[in-house]
Amino acid sequence: METSEKSSTKADDMRLVARIRAGDQHAMAELYNRYAKVVYGVALRVLQNAEAAEDVLQDVFLQLWRNPDAFDASRGSMAAWLAVISRHRSIDRLRQRRPETDIEECIIACGRDLSEETERNLVIEKVRQALAEMNPDHRTVLELAFFQGLTHTDIAQKTGEPLGTVKTRIRSGLQKLREKFAA
Amino acid sequence: MRTHEQLADDLALYALDELTGSERSELEQHIETCAACRRELQMLRGDLGLLALVSSGPQPPARSKERLMRAIAAEPRGVASAESTPARERSLWAVLVPSLAALGLLLITVALLRSNSRMKDQIADLGNRNREQSGELGRLDEELKLLSSADAIHVSLKPQNTAPQAGGTAIFSPSQKRMIFLASNLAPLPTGKAYELWIIPAAGAPIPAGVFKPDEHGNAAMVGQKMPEGVEAKAFAITIENETGSDKPTSPILLTGTVS
Repeated sequence: METSEKSSTKADDMRLVARIRAGDQHAMAELYNRYAKVVYGVALRVLQNAEAAEDVLQDVFLQLWRNPDAFDASRGSMAAWLAVISRHRSIDRLRQRRPETDIEECIIACGRDLSEETERNLVIEKVRQALAEMNPDHRTVLELAFFQGLTHTDIAQKTGEPLGTVKTRIRSGLQKLREKFAA
Repeated sequence: MRTHEQLADDLALYALDELTGSERSELEQHIETCAACRRELQMLRGDLGLLALVSSGPQPPARSKERLMRAIAAEPRGVASAESTPARERSLWAVLVPSLAALGLLLITVALLRSNSRMKDQIADLGNRNREQSGELGRLDEELKLLSSADAIHVSLKPQNTAPQAGGTAIFSPSQKRMIFLASNLAPLPTGKAYELWIIPAAGAPIPAGVFKPDEHGNAAMVGQKMPEGVEAKAFAITIENETGSDKPTSPILLTGTVS
């Protein structure tokens, strides 16, 4: 019997991963229904190209099918993990390079249960608020680094800021985000 | 060789997948041996995960799901290729198979080493939690030891020239939702019976809060009892019930105390 989407919880995510490990294709379809918007949305934002974003979407879920144990459910949320993997794969594509980070190595720590869409929407709202409240210089640097995949050297050239300042702004931007959720 | 602080300074760039070459490999070597940096890297990736979520939204075209399901169906789990190998290719396989096996073993070894490092992290986390819980358990155990030790001296204050009266004290904290209960001079119980403590809420039926038996002196203590969520205690009461406990009081109330 397939799990109802209404009862989606982190425990359900773990059950889905266990079923995927056993080769259950329906479980994969359920996981896709739950998180395709996250993976596709991130890829589309980075790549600005629907076809390329679809390829990343395909790649991310196919990797999960091949290696479901890569996700460490004890530490993080599936949504945040998939979002990071999608971003990395999109940047790899943007830079036309081979993947640098193995999905198994990408362990994230995210204390929030993001498997419920309502909770996810609340978190998204909070992140948007944190970005809006952030110093515009810090926000710009963070967005250039994360969503446009610019290196800190590229950003320093683009903004005319010293390299050290760019590094500091990336760090403090992420710090501000973390503080928002710790508050 | 860079210091820990210098390497930790680059963790955010590493989390962004930006470091390359020697900078990347030097930091990766450091992360292998530095639990603090591993933890911070995981936290940074968690931060990036939250940041990435702001782009969540557009629904991918339906064909994407169909394409994925087709790809998955073409890769059933645990099914080896049943195709026979042409004879002319066998000599090549005879060379390739041992090489691939060796490469496979090497990859497995690397994967095991990585997995080992991750497990060490998890064991360290569990160890910390275990130590915290052992500490808490130790403190509670000390309280219990004092209250139940054979040489514990219980002094009950009462009016002079009267027979000892059974009594009890419930100490609870609404904010911590925990409770300690102490009783003295309780009468011995019939076989198969025990005293049961009840929380009398402001509204609704009494809520069972623990079953206990007094020692030979009539003294008893329950420590570390949890208070039920969302219940405002109006009073506490004691009845005698079967030693397995009861869902509702079935005998007259022996002791009662109102929350002032």
